[in-house]
Amino acid sequence: MSLRGIIKDFWREQRLFEQRAIAAVVIIATLSLLLVGRLVWLQVIRYDYYTDLSQGNRVRIEPLPAPRGIIYDRQGLILAENQPAYQLELVPEQVPDLDATLQGLVRIGLLNADDVDDAKRTVRSRRPFDSVPIRLHLSESDMAAFGVNRFEFPGVDIRTRLARSYPQGETAVHALGYVGTVSATDLARIDREAYAGTSTIGKVGIEAAYEDPLRGRNGSREIMVNARGRSVEKLGTLQAALQTRPGEPGTDLFLTLDLEVQRVAEQVVRDQRAAIVALDPNNGDVIALVSRPGFDPNLFARGLTRTEYAALNDNPDRPLFNRALRGTYPPGSTIKPVVALAGLTHGIIEPDKPFFCIGYFSLPGSSHRFRDWRPKGHGAVDLRSAISQSCDPYFYSLSNQLGVRRLNAFLGQFGLGKPTGIDIGGEKSGILPSPEWKKTAFKQRSAQVWFPGETVIFGIGQGYMTSTPLQLAHMTAILATRGKNFEPRLVRAMRDPRTQRMTELTPSPLPPLQAASAEHWDLIIDGMRAVMEGGSATRSAAGAPYSIAGKTGTAQVFSVAQNARYNESAIAERLRDHAWFVAFAPIEAPRIAIAVLVENGRSGSGTAAPIARTVMDAYLLRKFPPADAATPSGDVTEE
Amino acid sequence: MLREDVDSTTRRTLTQTARILGALRLDGPLLIGLGLIAAYGQFVLYSASGGDWGAVLRGSVRLGLGVLLMLVFAQLKPGFLRRMSPWLYALGLLLLIIVDAVGYVGKGAQRWLDLGFMRFQPSELMKLAVPMTCAWVLRERALPPDGRTLLLLAALILVPTALTIIQPDLGTGLLILMAGGIVVLLAGLSVRIIVGLGIGAIITAWIGWYFLHDYQRQRVLTFIDPQADPLGSGYHIIQSTIAIGSGGIFGKGYLRGTQGQLEFLPERHTDFVFAVIGEELGLLGALLLIGLYVFVVLRALFLASQMRDTFARLLSGCLAAIFFVYVFINAGMVSGLLPVVGVPLPLVSYGGTSMVTLLAGFGMLMALYANRKLAA
Repeated sequence: MSLRGIIKDFWREQRLFEQRAIAAVVIIATLSLLLVGRLVWLQVIRYDYYTDLSQGNRVRIEPLPAPRGIIYDRQGLILAENQPAYQLELVPEQVPDLDATLQGLVRIGLLNADDVDDAKRTVRSRRPFDSVPIRLHLSESDMAAFGVNRFEFPGVDIRTRLARSYPQGETAVHALGYVGTVSATDLARIDREAYAGTSTIGKVGIEAAYEDPLRGRNGSREIMVNARGRSVEKLGTLQAALQTRPGEPGTDLFLTLDLEVQRVAEQVVRDQRAAIVALDPNNGDVIALVSRPGFDPNLFARGLTRTEYAALNDNPDRPLFNRALRGTYPPGSTIKPVVALAGLTHGIIEPDKPFFCIGYFSLPGSSHRFRDWRPKGHGAVDLRSAISQSCDPYFYSLSNQLGVRRLNAFLGQFGLGKPTGIDIGGEKSGILPSPEWKKTAFKQRSAQVWFPGETVIFGIGQGYMTSTPLQLAHMTAILATRGKNFEPRLVRAMRDPRTQRMTELTPSPLPPLQAASAEHWDLIIDGMRAVMEGGSATRSAAGAPYSIAGKTGTAQVFSVAQNARYNESAIAERLRDHAWFVAFAPIEAPRIAIAVLVENGRSGSGTAAPIARTVMDAYLLRKFPPADAATPSGDVTEE
Repeated sequence: MLREDVDSTTRRTLTQTARILGALRLDGPLLIGLGLIAAYGQFVLYSASGGDWGAVLRGSVRLGLGVLLMLVFAQLKPGFLRRMSPWLYALGLLLLIIVDAVGYVGKGAQRWLDLGFMRFQPSELMKLAVPMTCAWVLRERALPPDGRTLLLLAALILVPTALTIIQPDLGTGLLILMAGGIVVLLAGLSVRIIVGLGIGAIITAWIGWYFLHDYQRQRVLTFIDPQADPLGSGYHIIQSTIAIGSGGIFGKGYLRGTQGQLEFLPERHTDFVFAVIGEELGLLGALLLIGLYVFVVLRALFLASQMRDTFARLLSGCLAAIFFVYVFINAGMVSGLLPVVGVPLPLVSYGGTSMVTLLAGFGMLMALYANRKLAA
């Protein structure tokens, strides 16, 4: 006990220690109470809040995607259905390194190097716990390749999903549309909850327009998961009241399309850039809707690679372009019957009063010649032969007398210059020109003036006027029914897949045309009958057991200078005129109204009219040419 | 008659037990408190390890080793303990320097020495050696300590603290600092100096901020606002508060804590085991454990106050107080009161050498109490 001479006061030190020990006890008590207070705060006061968080942690709601509705044609043939398919899916939050994972998938040949960026974008746009498809439609060998290397790819798995399939391939693709992978732009406008677990969405056509009924409603299933997102249903000690809510399968659609007629129509313009629209004039049902060339919608449904898409998109024939709805062409002479009806209604022409066609028309006080398609002219013509021979000067003169405003108003009643209201999207309005339209269409003051000459060519469907094949079919349907007007429609009925209850959709009538008298309708339709009987399209009507009313047309792609001769052989194929033909049949009780457009087809009578005949035969007579039949060719008479 | 029999039997058994404990120089109440905590710990460990008997077994082996060491330490003479203090300190310091040097050469964090049969953390040794040495120094001086003594103590405490923090192991470094500091506080450091040091600490913390590693700064920032980085560094605190909060008063039931069993709770059987208790056994389970801890701490403080020797008193008081500091820091961290510091929950958390050190410390405390009448 050496204290090195320092005097220690033991009693004082003892008291000092005791004081400090008491202070320590006070501090310990205070801190303990603080701790207990914290626990009471968490476990008693905020109990409900943390219980919710804990529940949210362990229970995940997994979507049960509803099967998409099946699409049938009017006879019940399947156009779109669902097939089980294997696809590669990835859960972002379970993937440690997205770049390395995608590169690894490229290495084993499951992903195209070009598609890595797209895949990455898709993954980033989805919620971290959603299973994101990165490669659809795996083949057997793809699955084997993945199976061997699976351990390298945590968070990536093969899933079986119902995938859209189009058993008819290219047939009716421009009416049907297709589904494709949900893109970032789609995600911005849709309800993500409704698409959870779904990799595809209707992109165009019926698939897009009827997306909501087709999609149905997703069901959901609650699953218990651990921190790594894995399902842990087997963990028996943790009871969770897990719920399953079944989904509602999508509604089946029955189309107005007649698949057999559609096939014939596509076959007949197989190798051309063309559009055909056939309507039932009594209710607006679309019998056939063709735009060629087409493409296989299955490509989109199974996921298109960048190169495949580029090939389609860069094709000069533009297979993705829906010519029937979105192609706008000058309607040419096809509108002449309507112009004639305007002349009759406004009392400007008399049906039997002869008009002398000298091969051109000039406005009073002007030397500019509006030329007839036949240089030497048609001589004396009346209304009937003006229509059947498609005499241009007759209509130049008529238009000049009608004036642009009356022309515009009358043609407008036939649905020209505005969307027809067909039940799929993307339709173009075309142009029905007027002085007002010109003011908005041109920026320059000087270009905004409407010239009398522009009225003259308006009457033969040239100049500014453009229309889609669908609009001309619609116009023809109105002519066929003498003024009855229906919105074209592709879907005629829906069926609830659970109850199998069919709901017929009623046609949507538009206000009928009342301007014209019955007598005038007769005159016009008689003119159109004359087109087929002795007129420009006579040969296309040969041997038909039903009566046809039609009208040919050409749309100029290339304008020929004054005084120059139209030298067809010297003009490159792509600059040749587009060929038009519109018709309806039978005249007495019309069942079909059709518009045919063949791009650079040169002649309405020679190219377009025989096509229309084949389609009408198929629909009215159920007469189907063999699949390998060559494109029919008629006479190459000019109009 | 019968009652008397029973009473006498009980009394005899108790007397006998007391005699055995006395012979082993163990304190009965303290031993019972520690035993209950350890048993509770093993019970919870089974659930926290996801029903892994292997973890429980390994935990028990470690516990056994600690109890053995406690028994051995309890037999030591206070004088031997006292004389051992500076040597233990010197050894610890040397090992710390070696570990830092090896870590520096190996360009990485280095906290332990591989002894072949086990990994040994010199900083763990320092948790005992520093308060022992401080008590040893103070015993030789009049209390409260004068300025020169305080400077010496400051050096004795701060050097190993600094060496531990640069390993880097902020948590253990702070514990060493606190262990030494508590000895000085118990020795009667004047209130004025305590306030001064408090202000100094705030300034040091401010400056020290610039010397912290990024991950250490992140811990502090995350503590202030865990929601700022919910999937990154805030994840631990968020998940452990969810676990505790969702446990409620009665808990979700043993083995039924979803946060723990489904592994949302990180480090669930080591540093965050307190959250498993809060979740599965609720507020009551947590209060029971805290109650046991407080009992042990108070008993140890009482034992310390009974000692006549300054070294014994200061060291014992420090061991008692630092035990509470462990509990408070761990429970405070897990419940979101304090930042995340790697401090295990005493006698409950799985792994590490801290259980062995703690029980060795309690062994010393019992040895000192058994010889309380002597000025060591």
